[in-house]
Amino acid sequence: MKINGYQTVKSLEEAYNLLNENKQNAIVAGGAWMRLSSKVIETAIDLSGLELDQIVETKDTFEIGAMATLRQVEKQEGLKELYNGVLSKALSKIMGVPIRNVATIGGSIIGKYSFSDVLTPLVVMNVELEFYKKGIISLEDFLVSKDRSKDILVKVVIKKEEAKAYFHKMQKTGLDFAVVNVAISKKADTFKIAVGARPSLVKFALEAMAFVNGAKEVTEEVILKTADIAGKELKFGTNSKASEEYRRNIAMAYIKRGLREVIK
Amino acid sequence: MKVNVKVNGQNKVFNIEPGDYLLDTLRKENYLSVKKGCDNSSCGVCTVLFDGKPIKSCSLLTAKIEGHEVITVEGIQKEADKLSDYFGAEGADQCGYCTPGMALSVYALKEENSNPSDEEIKEYLTGNLCRCTGYQSQHIAIRNYLEDK
Repeated sequence: MKINGYQTVKSLEEAYNLLNENKQNAIVAGGAWMRLSSKVIETAIDLSGLELDQIVETKDTFEIGAMATLRQVEKQEGLKELYNGVLSKALSKIMGVPIRNVATIGGSIIGKYSFSDVLTPLVVMNVELEFYKKGIISLEDFLVSKDRSKDILVKVVIKKEEAKAYFHKMQKTGLDFAVVNVAISKKADTFKIAVGARPSLVKFALEAMAFVNGAKEVTEEVILKTADIAGKELKFGTNSKASEEYRRNIAMAYIKRGLREVIK
Repeated sequence: MKVNVKVNGQNKVFNIEPGDYLLDTLRKENYLSVKKGCDNSSCGVCTVLFDGKPIKSCSLLTAKIEGHEVITVEGIQKEADKLSDYFGAEGADQCGYCTPGMALSVYALKEENSNPSDEEIKEYLTGNLCRCTGYQSQHIAIRNYLEDK
């Protein structure tokens, strides 16, 4: 990555105008993952002065400023209870504390990183993203959107819901990216099943979700069938970390475990 | 571009390029206790404290330190000396390359949680790799340091 200029902005409007002034201008969030990129940034736009690192708990939501670090989110007391703390637990397994003190929630979402251990647990929760110009978009819609227009993620809003969730990442070492990761949530009788690091971007197992959500009772037989459907419907790939077959089997195993966990 | 920063209590002005990372800036400015290892956010030998929190300096753009405070191991000399006694007693040092970064993480852990469980110590130090000791002796030394035995 090469950065030719750097500007710390005083307002979102200034940031937005600068961002759209040149297609090679880009927002710098934490900057932790930027090194992985080979792109050239004409002007890096720093939002650090805009107080976007606050986490506010309201009656119905947690509003997380896009510049809040992963460590801030992980340590937020209220979030440790939401969906039985799945987000806090997932974040606590990312790299180590020194990286989580740099990487931000906004940067982790906006990059749509295929290896993300942030997106997978978030997508099975009820999450909306607030952009400066585009307004509010659900995380689900954002992940499948092909809209390439440049905007600024201002906050991440997680709705408080009575629900249980499960997350597991398979990794080779404590500091490695996930080989595959799985998140499952159960709100009332509705299940969501998401698989990330396939090695491509996180995706819902929609057919498996339809099957388990249509079942009268989630028996062991239903769990096995759900995992089998997910294994067949989702695309997995091979890279230096693992083969397509390995990923598929690991994902199926953790879908079974996750379903057993959330129906307890 | 210029950045103003406080390093180990002293006000400094660094001349940097916009894409410089803090690790390279600090080493260029002769803060040589900040080691360069993997340079890709894995090993933790470049750990410093940024506003009191441990970060890997290879993963933070120097431009982001404007107006903030950075502490290297020299900035916690007294505590580092104390910790090194515990490390010495347990044979927890060999080549010593990881020690400055690890000392800063241990110091930050103590500030954040003065009575951590064994699991919390392990979890907090996940980002600081040591290829000599196998961690057991370090873990005992850190536990003893925190308990001031």
